[in-house]
Amino acid sequence: MFLARYAQNRSIFTVVLLLFVLMHHLGRYFIFLGSLFRNREKLGVYSKLVLEECVQIGINSVFIVSIVSTFIGAVTCVQTAYNLVSPLVPLSIIAVIVRDSTILELAPTITCVVLSGKVGSNIAGGLGTMRITEQIDALEVMGINSSSYLVLPKVLASMIMFPMLVILAGFLSIYGGYIAGTAADIITPEDYVSGLRSDFKPFSITFALIKSVVFAFLISTISSFKGYYTSGGALEVGQASTAAVTNSCIAVLAADFLLAQLLL
Amino acid sequence: MIEIKNIQKTFGERTILSGISGKFLPGDTSLIIGGSGTGKSVLLKCMIGLVKPEEGQVLYNGRDFLTGDEDTQKAIRREMGVLFQGGALFDSKTVLENVGFPLDMLTDMGTAEKIDRAKFCLQRVGLEAAADRMPSEISGGMKKRVGIARAIVMNPKYLFCDEPNSGLDPLTSIKIDELIREITDEFKITTVVITHDMNSMMEIGEKILFLYQGKKLWEGTSSTITKSSVAELNEFIYANKLLRDTKA
Ligand SMILES: Nc1ncnc2c1ncn2[C@@H]1O[C@H](COP(=O)(O)OP(=O)(O)OP(=O)(O)O)[C@@H](O)[C@H]1O
Ligand SMILES: [Mg+2]
Repeated sequence: MFLARYAQNRSIFTVVLLLFVLMHHLGRYFIFLGSLFRNREKLGVYSKLVLEECVQIGINSVFIVSIVSTFIGAVTCVQTAYNLVSPLVPLSIIAVIVRDSTILELAPTITCVVLSGKVGSNIAGGLGTMRITEQIDALEVMGINSSSYLVLPKVLASMIMFPMLVILAGFLSIYGGYIAGTAADIITPEDYVSGLRSDFKPFSITFALIKSVVFAFLISTISSFKGYYTSGGALEVGQASTAAVTNSCIAVLAADFLLAQLLL
Repeated sequence: MIEIKNIQKTFGERTILSGISGKFLPGDTSLIIGGSGTGKSVLLKCMIGLVKPEEGQVLYNGRDFLTGDEDTQKAIRREMGVLFQGGALFDSKTVLENVGFPLDMLTDMGTAEKIDRAKFCLQRVGLEAAADRMPSEISGGMKKRVGIARAIVMNPKYLFCDEPNSGLDPLTSIKIDELIREITDEFKITTVVITHDMNSMMEIGEKILFLYQGKKLWEGTSSTITKSSVAELNEFIYANKLLRDTKA
């Protein structure tokens, strides 16, 4: 009896504590976001930085995104075919399923989860290193708002490049399904193409692009936040990178669910 | 002139600095000396506004730096050059870009003029040959020197150096000391240098502050430092056996 109440009290206490911790971190995160826009440098300074970050974040991710999306499309095609046992269902439905799952979910979400690993750890590691080697201090001493100088270009570049990467991923995924389906004699090219063309809802493209922009914002800001506030040494930089990846993955998946609820 | 008044700083439970005051005059090279971990770097960071002390004031020519409004702070920041203990070079930029960076960000100079100025500063620290290398490709002592070049590129009114000659060979070390003293005299800079180096203490110490466990135990000049009666200071400067023998 006593034990039960003790356990109950303790779990309530834990939940309240967790809520406080969560609110604390969220508060700091939002203050960080505010600091990006306060007292920033002249706009001309940013254009070159954004371009550099676009290369770093976007171009350098093309390879991994291409590989992942092509295989995911291929696997979706093969597995859908495996699940279709009824001879009454036309084969072109395989292409419909590949198309819809790719555009709605696989291309934006999987791509962004992959990017949260690649780009998120890169951003957090880079900023964390700058913090512990006093490079951020050096910027501050010059009177430069280090958070907006370092972070804003990364956020902008992510919001420009992620949608492009998602479009690429969508194309390659559908194409991967085509290659796998035709090569394995699951579906004829004509059936696949007619499946792709049937019953297409253009809004799903808009939806995928909205998702990619939101995910880009979440991944770049969360990773920057984790990296920017690193303190200590090389060990902490590693921890910050890991935390950046896990936190942005969770944020991406939660936002995925919310956006689906809100927009579909 | 920089004036600090009653600086107090704690990290958690630990008091790092207590009640430190002092004045630093233009044209003087002032040294802050003391053993490792006594809070020299923290004091410097309080003075340049990277660490907020719980108590105390930092005045730049009478302007309050810690509580001043954003414009005052920004104005003061643009008048100071800082060399960090580790150099703090931006590792995505070349040596020349590092030195020119403050010019890029804070002035309207033309590109050619900026490059000239940056090259001139690199030349003063003897590194014009390394201009196109990345910070990861140069040695620790070279990073220090690039850091000094970056600190003086804007012609600062206030120059702060955290151990400018640790990790340098004796000859380069003396050259750096001379450079610091030269530009301090020439441009009437208020210079604050943290050092462990006995040599530079004797050479450039027009004013010396001795910190011990977060307190200022002694203040004077290089000519009076050997005659002090503060036991901790004597222990510090006569740690070297050779010097101890010369005193005896
Ligand atoms: N951000 C911080 N958080 C907690 N403690 C700190 C922090 N920065 C410095 N300290 C502590 O303050 C003390 C003084 O550090 P400081 O870096 O000023 O030493 P120092 O006199 O510059 O030594 P050295 O000559 O080795 O550079 C140290 O004990 C250090 O652990
Ligand atoms: Mg130090």
